[in-house]
Amino acid sequence: MKRNRKSLLLSLLTLMMVATLFAACGNSNSGNTAEGNNAPADKPANTAPAEEPAGKKIVVGFAQIGAESGWRDAETASIKDTFGNDPAFELKFSDAQQKQENQIKAIRSFIAQKVDAIGLAPVVESGWETVLKEAKDAGIPVFLLDRGITAGNEDLYTSFIGSDFILEGENAAKWMLDEFGADAEVNIVQLEGTVGASAANDRKKGFEDAIAGNAGYKIVYSQTGDFTRAKGKEVMEAYLKKDKNIQVVYAHNDDMALGAIQAIEEAGLKPGTDIKIIGVDGVKGAFEAIAEGKMNVTVECNPLLGPQLKQAILDYQAGKELPKWIKSEEDVYFGQKAIDALPNRKY
Amino acid sequence: MKQPAWLERGTPTPKVVWPLLALLILYLFNLIVMPGFFRVELIDGHLYGNLVDVLNRGTPLMIIALGMTLVIAKEGIDISVGSVLAISGSMAIYMLEGHRLWVAILAALGVGLLCGLWNGMLVAVLRIQPMVATLILLTVGRGIAQLITNGQILTTTRDSYEFIGKGFLFGIPFAVYIAAIVFLLIYLLKTKTAFGLFLESTGANRKSSEFAGVKPRVIFMTAYAICGLLAALAGIIYSSNLSSADANNAGLWYELDAILAVVIGGTSMRGGRFYLGGTVIGAIFIQSLTTTIYSLGVPPESILLVKAVVVILVCLIQSDVFRQKLTSRKRKVTAS
Repeated sequence: MKRNRKSLLLSLLTLMMVATLFAACGNSNSGNTAEGNNAPADKPANTAPAEEPAGKKIVVGFAQIGAESGWRDAETASIKDTFGNDPAFELKFSDAQQKQENQIKAIRSFIAQKVDAIGLAPVVESGWETVLKEAKDAGIPVFLLDRGITAGNEDLYTSFIGSDFILEGENAAKWMLDEFGADAEVNIVQLEGTVGASAANDRKKGFEDAIAGNAGYKIVYSQTGDFTRAKGKEVMEAYLKKDKNIQVVYAHNDDMALGAIQAIEEAGLKPGTDIKIIGVDGVKGAFEAIAEGKMNVTVECNPLLGPQLKQAILDYQAGKELPKWIKSEEDVYFGQKAIDALPNRKY
Repeated sequence: MKQPAWLERGTPTPKVVWPLLALLILYLFNLIVMPGFFRVELIDGHLYGNLVDVLNRGTPLMIIALGMTLVIAKEGIDISVGSVLAISGSMAIYMLEGHRLWVAILAALGVGLLCGLWNGMLVAVLRIQPMVATLILLTVGRGIAQLITNGQILTTTRDSYEFIGKGFLFGIPFAVYIAAIVFLLIYLLKTKTAFGLFLESTGANRKSSEFAGVKPRVIFMTAYAICGLLAALAGIIYSSNLSSADANNAGLWYELDAILAVVIGGTSMRGGRFYLGGTVIGAIFIQSLTTTIYSLGVPPESILLVKAVVVILVCLIQSDVFRQKLTSRKRKVTAS
């Protein structure tokens, strides 16, 4: 009896082990299967011959990193929508599952298929010289999306399309200066991103430089919240115990801002009214908070780069001179504008 | 008032004295540098102040560290607690959508228990080294949590759920009551049942306790199961406090803080005697240190350094060898 029970327990746990293993595998693959489902049109596109006789389609190969975050998923969807819905284009999409060698392989296959343009979101900065040289020799323009490659290789790609984090910081400051007026006395708490992250460094620099000329604007406290809700709340909580005379919280991303909002509410103050809240990214949660009046503004960090990539390719084919850095179109959302935009937010 | 376990045992200096001393020194420092640190006000009918924050924010860590104490007492370790916290929080918030509160909570606790049993099976039955065995769930666990949340940050607006981590009962955070009950239950388990004794004996010497008729497998399984369950409970409080579940970041590095709390509390990593009171003080110390650092406004770049220095100092206070050296040198000085 006892032995039976033991073996039952063992087999149960083995079952769990197997289930866990499957779950683990499922996780690493889930992104890809999802992508496959999203765009069933890709498969035939890959097997079909590159040159289609009917009409002159512009063939674009895109080497995506993977599907590691909601932001990346939104970017993928934007690219697939933009090119998939335009009959003048044909998209060859490749998912590298966070591996550089897969991206290099994909670019080589794009070159072999003689595509008209290549889009690349490089997973790492270095190691692209050889393959991009091959593309250049084949006369195919390469567009980098949202991440750059090591400096000194600018001649290897046509343009980089991505965010300007410094500009995002400046935009956050600009909204605040408009809101309070240039001469106002404003105490600011800054919730910084992960120490050393370029998004954190640049959003800080852009913001601080923009308010440097206004003596009334003081950053009374600046601390890292690691880009997470939990840390944003904890840091804000601790500071509010010390001093409640603050007018603005500027968070380097929306998640920290949402955490700070909770801390402010628990301190008996009204976020959005007593203390204005500025976030960056433009995630859906921030729009909801703005609609509820708890947050004031979110500076977008746009993953929907498909339309700009398309425009860049069209411009290139028309023989126009393209800037090395095409800054992604990013808006600042506040008030009614944010509420109107809420139903259309994709990420 | 019951006599604490360490007095019953009659050890010369109770272990809990050292973490308490460290905590007192930290608070003394705060009293001098920032007198406002200890101010407690009444806002919206509940207590509000840094000390309340320390208790409130520290409860998940406290609860996890209590479970960790049991596991470490049997000379094991569980480095998967942070991931289990993330799984349980994600599970709870995921289940809240369309299910009753108790279903969500039971589901979260159940997942935690399963994780604990899984670790226990690897360690006790398959005899895999605890560090390696729990490493599996440390890495896979976040993947499971991501599967549940579908890679997004889940949020909830259910008031009854938010009460667990955010609510106040008689002016004191509700989560503190939960931690107190957990402490009491584990304390009773240690002192009033044979389990506590068996746990210490297998931790001190597995072979001889086996000869004495103790079944280490059952003891180990139970310890890991409790640890998993408590990690899940911490996950519920953590996610409830934030009204959201973040599979990637919830409870990140909590396993290290929990182990640190246990060690600061005086329990040896080599198993045997364990000190629940010390663990609680250890957890409160770690949280107090974090809150102090934020209140002081230590620059973000130096936070880790400051923490490391303080932790080294506390470990030195805790070390018998170091204290002996210090006192013997003093004696030498006075003798000459």
